Amino acid sequence: MISRRDFLQATVAASAIWGASGVGKWSRLAAQQVLTQDQLLEFDPLGNVTLIHITDVHAQLKPLWFREPEVNLGVGDVAGLPPHVTGADFLKLYGIDSGSPHAYALTYEDFTALAGTYGRMGGMDRVATVVKAIRAERPEALLLDGGDTWQGSLTALRTNGQDMVDVMNALGVEAMTSHWEFTLGIDRVNEIVESLPFPFLGANIFDAEWDEPAYEPYKIFERGGAKIAVIGQAFPYMPIANPGWMFPNLSFGIREERMAAVVQEVRDAGADLVVVLSHNGFDVDRKMAGRVPGIDVVLTGHTHDALPEPVMVGETLVIASGSNGKFVTRLDLDVREGRMMGFRHKLIPIFSDVIAPDADMAAVIDGHRAPYQAELDEVLGTTESLLYRRGNFNGTWDDLICNALLEEREADIALSPGFRWGPSLLPGEPIRREDLMNATSMSYPAAYRSEMSGELLHTIMEDVGDNLFNPDPYYQQGGDMVRVGGMGYAIDVSKPMGSRISNMTLLKTGEPIDPAKTYVVSGWASVNEATEGPAIWDVVEAYLKRHGTVSVEPNTSVKVSGA
Amino acid sequence: MNLTRRGALALGAGFAATVLLPATALHAAVDEALAKFTGGAAVGEGGITLSTPEIAENGNTVPVSVSAPGAVAIMLLAEGNPSPGVCTFNFGPLAASQSATTRIRLAGTQRVIAVAKMADGSFVQAANEVKVTIGGCGG
Repeated sequence: MISRRDFLQATVAASAIWGASGVGKWSRLAAQQVLTQDQLLEFDPLGNVTLIHITDVHAQLKPLWFREPEVNLGVGDVAGLPPHVTGADFLKLYGIDSGSPHAYALTYEDFTALAGTYGRMGGMDRVATVVKAIRAERPEALLLDGGDTWQGSLTALRTNGQDMVDVMNALGVEAMTSHWEFTLGIDRVNEIVESLPFPFLGANIFDAEWDEPAYEPYKIFERGGAKIAVIGQAFPYMPIANPGWMFPNLSFGIREERMAAVVQEVRDAGADLVVVLSHNGFDVDRKMAGRVPGIDVVLTGHTHDALPEPVMVGETLVIASGSNGKFVTRLDLDVREGRMMGFRHKLIPIFSDVIAPDADMAAVIDGHRAPYQAELDEVLGTTESLLYRRGNFNGTWDDLICNALLEEREADIALSPGFRWGPSLLPGEPIRREDLMNATSMSYPAAYRSEMSGELLHTIMEDVGDNLFNPDPYYQQGGDMVRVGGMGYAIDVSKPMGSRISNMTLLKTGEPIDPAKTYVVSGWASVNEATEGPAIWDVVEAYLKRHGTVSVEPNTSVKVSGA
Repeated sequence: MNLTRRGALALGAGFAATVLLPATALHAAVDEALAKFTGGAAVGEGGITLSTPEIAENGNTVPVSVSAPGAVAIMLLAEGNPSPGVCTFNFGPLAASQSATTRIRLAGTQRVIAVAKMADGSFVQAANEVKVTIGGCGG
């Protein structure tokens, strides 16, 4: 009799061989310029259950450029492990040829050149084509949305997320979990949740006063003759990382014991397969998968990692499906006798020039965009530099935003939060209002201007640094380091909180930051209620219109060590 | 399904030690409170479960739950508060369960310690690191 472990390992090996051949084939195809939709969708079906996962779309309905990070450090036990592998190391780890479509989709190297070769990625009309194709082959496939869906664009902001709700309903999502959704405010969230034809899951969302579950924790689906429990896990640090006053009566948290209890509950209810649809972030999910027994699959989100193969934690699969509509995961599972016996996985890259748009979905999208089209298309300036956001310490989009804050708000120092959403722009492209809103659109955009002591600045830097580099993933919040304009610093990511940040320097004078002195600081997206200031997009728009063409110099003001 | 936080604790404790060791005065107050509660008896581990958030959503009101089946009293300490003593729960012989939930105020990132006095006069303790943060930037 073959044990479950043997079976899994056999399938893992098969999957790896399959994956590698897929990648190799792509490279050859690319050389021949014949990347086709059929090849992108090619999948040798397995077992009786199919899961489709998409996450962190951030309201991106149209195809886009999205440069993956160059710097994505892991600390403690996960240093050097996926997803903390980038560039050439990533290509080597997964056996991907540099310059291939997979290299363009999954890494940052030669981004501008490869973008010209392979085109934009994503687009929810293309995603719809992929979902329909999978469902044509596997009618009972279960489509799950990991959240961060209703925020991130001008149209999502103006329609209070309705454009995304309509698109995801048309796509046929069957359950979702959440994070930025709550920044629409609790009343709007509940209004949408009541209208949804599918459950809004969050086992870790509690009423703060009564300590009772506030949303459905899980749903059990019957598919392919198996009972599949899908447990939702919302972003744990919602009231800390985002404005808690927008959803004042809710408490979140990792709540590991709660997850263990819910897993037990669904197993007792006869679940053959337990899937956690999570917005924990990769490292938190990896730790949770290793500590909570009984989870078969974690569909992870939040940290925007795209991995071409599952990461195994014991016998649990952790699946990372990227962000911004760049990828859709198809996961076929063999579920029998109350157990997961094998899997086959594919991270399907949505090459928008290769995958045909679905006409029905395109109509839904264009219908929502039509009232705003002129506004979206207005050109505010031109960029000579590649603009991107991802990276632990800085990105050119935030350098541009910080430059605008320094100039427009006459500040010594500018702070831009370490968000991971926001697509890229290529050198020479116009910056349209849509592009600016894709990098800034949210419900608490006030660009404050205030005085801070050098000591407070240091405390803030240490605090945010610990959110990213605490060696225990359960203490991490999943964003990147706050981006800083006008000030340089050194960071040793291996040190404990309070001693990571040193050599803080005011760039315009070259002088060290004095803890006792006050500095004029401008930033945006404060989690504090009643923050005053113009919206960040108005600040950047004024800057762009004054400069016309902008270029962003390489940022060398952050010195990183300890990695 | 019995989960303990010990894995997290091991990490948290080491981390806390580096940060909080200089606060010798506070440690003296913690040691004093411990000595008073235990009468100097050795304190073991296991048989006590302390539940706290890893990161407090609001440092002014942090939910803390503690459970120690068979305990006659449980003392809570907030190691880094100016006055570390939080409270002591006493359980009579008719108590249906030896568990309690309360909300406490934490001055900053620190360990919360729970010590239980068992019916046989022995003591056990558990401790969790609770981070009090000034807010971050979600992804």
